[in-house]
Amino acid sequence: MKALMFGWEFPPHILGGLGTASYGLTKGMWQNGDMDITFVIPKPWGDEPKEFANIIGANSTPVAWRDVNWDYVQSRIGSVMDPQMYYDLRSHIYGDFNYMSTNDLGCIEFSGRYPENLLEEINNYSIVAGVIARTVDCDIIHSHDWLTYPAGIHAKQVTGKPLVIHVHATDFDRSRGNVNPTVFSIEKDGMNHADHIITVSNLTRRTVIEKYGISPDKVTTVHNAVEPLNEELLNLEAPPGKTSKVITFLGRITMQKGPEYFVEAAAQVLHKVNNAQFVMAGSGDMMNKMIRLAAKRNIADRFHFTGFLKGKQVYEMLAASDVYIMPSVSEPFGISPLEAMQMGVPSIISKQSGCAEILDNVIKIDYWDINAMADAIYSIIEYPAMYNELREQGLAEVNQITWNKAGAKVIDIYRKLINR
Amino acid sequence: MRAICFYFQIHQPFRLKHYRFFDIGNDHYYYDDFADDDIINRIAQRSYLPANQMLLDMIKENGKKFKVAFSISGTALEQLEQYVPEFIDSMKELADTGCVEFLSETYAHSLSSLYDPEEFAAQVKAHDEKIQQLFGQRPKVFRNTELIYDDDIASMVYAMGFKAAITADAKHVLGWRSPNFLYCSASAPKLKLLLKNGKLSDDISFRFSNPEWASYPLTADKYINWINELPQEEQLINLFMNYDALGELQPRESGIFEFIKALPRFAAEHDIQFWTPSEVVSKFKPVAELAVPYPMSWTDEARDTSAWLGNTLQQEAVRKLYSIGERVRLCTDRRIKQDWNYLQASDHFFYMSTKHNDDGSVHSHYSPYDSPYTAFTNYMNVLSDFMTRVEEQYPTSIDNEELNSLLLTIRNQEQEIEKLHREVEMMRNNIVKDTTGDFPVDEEPVPEPVPEKKEEKPAPKKPESKKPAAKKPAAKKPAAKKPAAEKPAAKKPAEKKPAAKKPAAKKPAAKKPATKK
Repeated sequence: MKALMFGWEFPPHILGGLGTASYGLTKGMWQNGDMDITFVIPKPWGDEPKEFANIIGANSTPVAWRDVNWDYVQSRIGSVMDPQMYYDLRSHIYGDFNYMSTNDLGCIEFSGRYPENLLEEINNYSIVAGVIARTVDCDIIHSHDWLTYPAGIHAKQVTGKPLVIHVHATDFDRSRGNVNPTVFSIEKDGMNHADHIITVSNLTRRTVIEKYGISPDKVTTVHNAVEPLNEELLNLEAPPGKTSKVITFLGRITMQKGPEYFVEAAAQVLHKVNNAQFVMAGSGDMMNKMIRLAAKRNIADRFHFTGFLKGKQVYEMLAASDVYIMPSVSEPFGISPLEAMQMGVPSIISKQSGCAEILDNVIKIDYWDINAMADAIYSIIEYPAMYNELREQGLAEVNQITWNKAGAKVIDIYRKLINR
Repeated sequence: MRAICFYFQIHQPFRLKHYRFFDIGNDHYYYDDFADDDIINRIAQRSYLPANQMLLDMIKENGKKFKVAFSISGTALEQLEQYVPEFIDSMKELADTGCVEFLSETYAHSLSSLYDPEEFAAQVKAHDEKIQQLFGQRPKVFRNTELIYDDDIASMVYAMGFKAAITADAKHVLGWRSPNFLYCSASAPKLKLLLKNGKLSDDISFRFSNPEWASYPLTADKYINWINELPQEEQLINLFMNYDALGELQPRESGIFEFIKALPRFAAEHDIQFWTPSEVVSKFKPVAELAVPYPMSWTDEARDTSAWLGNTLQQEAVRKLYSIGERVRLCTDRRIKQDWNYLQASDHFFYMSTKHNDDGSVHSHYSPYDSPYTAFTNYMNVLSDFMTRVEEQYPTSIDNEELNSLLLTIRNQEQEIEKLHREVEMMRNNIVKDTTGDFPVDEEPVPEPVPEKKEEKPAPKKPESKKPAAKKPAAKKPAAKKPAAEKPAAKKPAEKKPAAKKPAAKKPAAKKPATKK
């Protein structure tokens, strides 16, 4: 089966959970066998894994004819894709886009991030998608998150193949209800045109059905999973000389993640316990507010801010932690508690997060229930049995949550769409 | 001829209120009275009271040929006395018919049989006394918490003087053997064993009103026929269940009461009688010994102790609880004793089970908590507070043996003081009798015991706090000032020793009066 996927991020150059999930799902589907996946991203760096998907960069797809020789193409984009692909794409240009700003290869430049002119970039991406859809043979089209919905719709119109859109988050999650109308309309348009919608949790599924008015039989939940960690990360150890218990919040410090509840719970616990340290790792628009709040609660000496952590630093932080906590106000899925569990860190998550639907061996609390949060923290750091049980059972549980299974579900959805 | 032995369990724990870690050290009341009141009243109205009435009617109707056995935990009795006193009266009425046997068990419905033999014996005694006081019967047959049983428990139970015990029919123990015989214990062959007939019991208590069950609807006729069709030599059918199966698990509308009521009539047609466990033991002979090296129970699919001790949370909680058992028994504070009882209820550990599937749903059905982790957190917070209270009385810095010997000394001293008191009293009397003449001669021995008393009196307080213990040598010194050179030398080593050891060093001195006797 041939699938054409549109995504925005792909490891190792990722900005959030979207890239990790897209990668895991693609790999999981490939593991199920008989899948030929073409994955389009705005700006590949050349070091993306290519074993289980053909990567096409939107920024190396020509939309305007340029007469360039093989060697030149090879030298320009050879590290990213096969020059032959460039010529194939070039022979499928469907309109005159010379009025747009294109480079010497006739390609549009992409930042591949979330720039100010994001809407323009989304639009350009969909123009490029037209070329790719005419070139690449496929049975099904799969769009990851709202940024790529217009591209997916365009590809569907060109090829007439069924479109699956994958909702990793909605604007209702990102904004706590104050939806951006432009984003909403792009999302709604994508959902209307889609033949099937995959959501990452039942929570998101409900949002799609209730807030976007989509028929329930068109929406299926496929929960995210995690990649097994490599030995190097698993063997990371807590820094020597660590004497106190470390409770960690890890994520963007924004309204969606509920950082203020973490600070309040910390204040309660520190009132009773001396040998505990709270860490807020990450950055975001509410960081300064949180620093002030910690100072106001008079716990600044035991409450630390690390700033943004990346790559291995995340795992080093987890290895040093005794409790991981994710008090998200609204979390479509939330992959990070699963990563904490992989590192053997007992986790506390809010009931308002999608991963709460599939996890048993974690403590689930309401994000606003500071008392329950404090109780849970206290219990894990004071009662060794609690720590050990959550650690071991959590590890066993998370190892069963594999992308392989998620991939099989997606393939199943593909089959139904193709054969109907 | 065949016999059916009916036995019902009644138990309710004292549920814990939401107890936060801030409450540790501040709040010493642990119970959710509202929930207890609510639940026991609901169950009593729907099940216990109507079922009691039904049994009473049946006994009257059948001319005392219908007999049943009950086991009621001490905590359930306390709650019933407090919230549903009419139930106690109705139970007394049942007891007066002579057709009801009460079984022995642990007062707190605890797991002490697995962890703390001394506590186990004490609780069984306390329970039996309570039964005797309420219903005028001394239990002769034993049933452990949730029918937990193994060879070690058998020996303990036999040593306590019971002639029989009731237990479950775990497949991994019985194997090909049928539960429909009387067995005896391998470790204490004189202890007879009655085994639950799991299939027939659960047909009533779990499947009766389930329309998806192949044998639905179950009628008394059909049920007695099943029993009648059993092989002729299988003469004993033990039907053990929770009392709330009648009316609560199987609601009144399902016809459960009518079903039970109709049983004796059909049973009589086939010459099937109803016996109490004691009757069974006296009329049947055991067919074989049953060796049970690992504990079994009647709970969960596994029929072992994994419902309470299956995960590390449960094991930790139970271990922590029983680690202070010895100290609690030294306490005399009534509230500590009471909390100790209530905290031992096996239900607290049942709530902490992390089993999934069918067993898991049973656990969460009874649990007042939304997750096993919350159950553990709450229990441990309460236990932490309780342990601090016990420690305040008997600090853990002194080990048990030392504490015991100190307490022995104190007790001995108390006896000694009493003895001296009596002596003084006697002497006083003598003086009064002799009065008339010799004042100056006899007056001397009188004041002498008095200062001695004063000096001995602070002694009982010694182990509780370090200060009085430290003061004592100082107080004594002026009395024994004579060898001035020796004093500083003797004082220093004494003070350097850890505080806890001081009273120990004094032991020989304190013990002397005891040995004098």
